[in-house]
Amino acid sequence: MAAAQPLLQVEDLRTYFFTRRGVVKAVDGVSFSLEAGETLGIVGESGSGKTMTSLSLLRLIPQPGGKIVGGKVLFDGVDLLQLSESEMRDYRGSKISMILQDPMASLNPVYTVGEQVAEPLRQHQHLSGKALWDQVTEALRLLRIPSPRERLQNYPHQMSGGMRQRVVGGIAVSCLPKLIIADEPTTALDATIQAQYLAHLKDLQRETNVAMIFVSHDFGIVGRMCDRVAVMYAGKIVETASVRDLFDNPQHPYTIGLVNSVPRLDRKVERLASIEGQPPQLLNLPPGCRFAPRCYAVFDRCHLEEPPEMSASDDHSAACWRVGA
Amino acid sequence: MDVALGRPEILVDVGERRRAARRWDVFLQLNFLIPATVLLIMVIGAIFAPQIAPYDPLQTSLSARLQPPAFAGGTDAHLLGTDKLGRDVLSRIIYGARVSLSVSLLVILITGTIGTALGIVSGYFGGWLDGLLMRVTDISLAFPAILIALLLAVTLGPSFTTVVLAISLLGWAGYARLIRGEVLKLRNADFVLQARIIGCSPLRIMLTHVFPNVINPMLILATLSVGLVILIESALSYLGAGIPPPTPTWGSMVSDGRGLIDTAWWISFFPGLAIGLVVLSGNFLGDWLRDRLDPRLRQI
Repeated sequence: MAAAQPLLQVEDLRTYFFTRRGVVKAVDGVSFSLEAGETLGIVGESGSGKTMTSLSLLRLIPQPGGKIVGGKVLFDGVDLLQLSESEMRDYRGSKISMILQDPMASLNPVYTVGEQVAEPLRQHQHLSGKALWDQVTEALRLLRIPSPRERLQNYPHQMSGGMRQRVVGGIAVSCLPKLIIADEPTTALDATIQAQYLAHLKDLQRETNVAMIFVSHDFGIVGRMCDRVAVMYAGKIVETASVRDLFDNPQHPYTIGLVNSVPRLDRKVERLASIEGQPPQLLNLPPGCRFAPRCYAVFDRCHLEEPPEMSASDDHSAACWRVGA
Repeated sequence: MDVALGRPEILVDVGERRRAARRWDVFLQLNFLIPATVLLIMVIGAIFAPQIAPYDPLQTSLSARLQPPAFAGGTDAHLLGTDKLGRDVLSRIIYGARVSLSVSLLVILITGTIGTALGIVSGYFGGWLDGLLMRVTDISLAFPAILIALLLAVTLGPSFTTVVLAISLLGWAGYARLIRGEVLKLRNADFVLQARIIGCSPLRIMLTHVFPNVINPMLILATLSVGLVILIESALSYLGAGIPPPTPTWGSMVSDGRGLIDTAWWISFFPGLAIGLVVLSGNFLGDWLRDRLDPRLRQI
């Protein structure tokens, strides 16, 4: 058991928001697992629960209103949801870390970059003096920041967007965590910087064997970065597969729609396919499959019963009645 | 980039020297020098009042009543004239600085600390705590400060402590309101979430991440309230709930001379000028400090 245990195992995670108008099921029974050194992509459109899933892993759901109501998050065999708040703080930043979307906003404007990279090290490893600054420089080096020693003295506003996002990455890796959650880390960067940044993250993973959860809505990036992909729709994972499998042999109609909507150079298509309709309101969901109203292959059962996760092959599962049939 | 090209030694040297020079330039700006000098003179005057003041501020002299200042037809004996009891205005201003400056300093320290702390806690935690604290703040803002001060003066007896307590008791509310608003903006900022991601405790986030970002509004309010505190103190003195006479304070001197403003303008004018100078210096110094503390403006 101990040997085969994955680094992270999420079981039936449920995060609800209790609002005046009712319960919003932002994350509704999400399960996945992750090995050390592996990268899992979570894709889905806006509001599908990607970000809430990643924040739930760190137990940083927006308050008031948000609450993790059920499930397990087993990290190295420890259920994070059972820990006390202060025990949880020991995990944040040291064993699990996160890179936020907007590098312009996620750095504190009043501290130097060095201070901010040093903070988790002071906090968790109680380093100081030369040992501290060596480690800080090492973190910036891991993200390929040129002349890190000089850069330590800079304030965030003195840096470009790409450089700032590298600093944010530097904060995330400073304590050499086992898991980094990257929540659309390149959305705010332009295309050339994006490619560079992704390459740095890949290098970083090779050097430190860190596991990554890569949240994105960009299939191109996910295809390049990830080993496996989970597709989320309306708070649920509708399909999980290896990257190759997902692109070559998508099972769920939603995934098929997504894959077809990605522009590709190797196929000559006049018009890109799109998925008709809007994702459902997460408030007061009807019974049955959540994708049913937009699905092209819908049949009676879809409206009545919610499809469970069914495996299409060894490492490929989808929550759709057609997969079993 | 400089990394790829390498940096010639001489460039480093010049940069180093320029940086050292810039460190001192900061203090040579007029908007720092003038207010700092004014305040420094006043503080020194207050500390060494017995050595500097030409007369005892309490000593009356009926023969030398209502003498005009030296430059307006008076004698050199009383540079800024005398009041209706023949007390030397200059000496009273110098001694008055002791009370007026220490009252405003103490009040600002107390109200600023309490108000900022409550504002940060209220804004950061939100929920019922925020509701409770803000209702208390509303009450404090709505309550007439003079009434509380009179109440205190009656129960505790008029004294320096009473004045400081009376002004502080409600004065924190303005800070709490202002800071809470700022914190509401900040608490949803990504860098606060970032701080939580790296495992900071709420206390640490409030102290090291939120607080430095609300120093600017806090300082501005503090420097602006220097004048306000001196004015409230003078109002209290006027009502007899302030620091009891004959101790000279700037506020009570202004109100002393009000009745004679058409014949002996100097009795009110010079302490009023002193109040104005302190307020202005405070504001300029606050502005300068704000520019210094904001790293985005530091380079300009």
